[in-house]
Amino acid sequence: MPRVVVLDYGSGNLRSAERALEHAGADVEVTSDHTAALEADGLVVPGVGAFSACMDGLLAAGGDKIIDRRLEGERPVLGICVGMQILFDRGVEHDVRADGVGRWPGAVERLRADILPHMGWNEVTAAPGSTLFAGMSAGTRFYFVHSFAVRNWEPDASETPSLVTWAEHGEPFVAAVESGPLAATQFHPEKSGEAGAQLLRNWLGEL
Amino acid sequence: MAVAVRVIPCLDVDAGRVVKGVNFTNLVDAGDPVELARAYGVESADELTFLDVTASSADRETTYEVVRRTAEQVFIPLTVGGGVRSPEDIDRLLRAGADKVSLNTAAIARPELLHESSQRFGAQCVVLSVDARRVPEGETPTPSGFEVTTHGGRKGTGICAVEWARRGERLGVGEILLNSMDADGTKTGFDLEMIRATRAEVRVPLIASGGAGAVEHFAPAVHAGADAVLAASVFHFGQLRISEVKEAMRAEGITVR
Repeated sequence: MPRVVVLDYGSGNLRSAERALEHAGADVEVTSDHTAALEADGLVVPGVGAFSACMDGLLAAGGDKIIDRRLEGERPVLGICVGMQILFDRGVEHDVRADGVGRWPGAVERLRADILPHMGWNEVTAAPGSTLFAGMSAGTRFYFVHSFAVRNWEPDASETPSLVTWAEHGEPFVAAVESGPLAATQFHPEKSGEAGAQLLRNWLGEL
Repeated sequence: MAVAVRVIPCLDVDAGRVVKGVNFTNLVDAGDPVELARAYGVESADELTFLDVTASSADRETTYEVVRRTAEQVFIPLTVGGGVRSPEDIDRLLRAGADKVSLNTAAIARPELLHESSQRFGAQCVVLSVDARRVPEGETPTPSGFEVTTHGGRKGTGICAVEWARRGERLGVGEILLNSMDADGTKTGFDLEMIRATRAEVRVPLIASGGAGAVEHFAPAVHAGADAVLAASVFHFGQLRISEVKEAMRAEGITVR
């Protein structure tokens, strides 16, 4: 059974993530302990609320260093919701700019849509060759709740190509990214019923 | 590709049991909340809402326990409301496993609570629940013709319901749960006029509640502007199945999961 740590840095519905991962077949520990987070087979970085507050919490817990060290060793990390957003260069919320971890290029910005937050079950266009969405039929829906998202994906040529999955609410936005050991979803697999459980099993299967 | 309109069963919980009565009185026992929640999860409910209807301090602990047990077994979003008075109450519910918390009476008494909660926990988990009715004849009218009520719809406040929803949005809530106290329990359909009036003024998602009695009642609520539809007793007593409601909505061209 793969051992997974859900990183506790003061953000996110940790209990839901814990139980959904257990349900999907993982041995789960919720902790901010660096050794446990480094040694686990997989690390989940949750996150809700404001980008800057999440980033502050992550830095205070040393979560950025944990993510860096794990990825240096090709050890899997899964970001969820704001836990995905903070992996990008920066966030812009209500004119407050905050630096992210900078693993992926681009900014997290307010979606241009009639109704915000984008709240509910939406379809995604899975990237060809995706591991996370393997075996799922087109039209599978996942639960989203967010007002900010990555609206432009502009990697520079030097970077290893990532698998980018898109969704749409008012305009297209990045719903998931997979780059080797680093993967992330804007939606909440832990709240997405059977589809979410399948995605978590797909991720756990790679650990 | 569009976000699906959500169908949300609401479980009124009293001392750990599900109850729901006509117009919020004459409560009738209708089952174990965790069992019902799990059944609804299987039946493709898009979210669940628990409303703690008594909220006496002794029963409060039972509510946390029910939330905890439900969140352990059901992997769809869970909203909890009823008797939520402070950011500490919200914190406890979120820690027990709720994804969103709805505020009602306490926010009327102190609107800043909405702002504080949104700042601390994020807009995505703060729902403003508005129990509204038409202003009775002979009383001072509000701009929209609808007023906010308290005490399960029995007391009018004179506050314009639509203006209150707008204010909630400005104070940072992520969603409005609009309960028509006139329609609640009647099973004659949603209050479309109230939904339209509110939709015209707010840009956060709007959940319509009150009055559902037949599968054909749901599509008009969506066409009037609801992003989600909520019902209680018609689901618990098996009068309507969630799948039938979704089928009827799909037939009207509405995107459902």
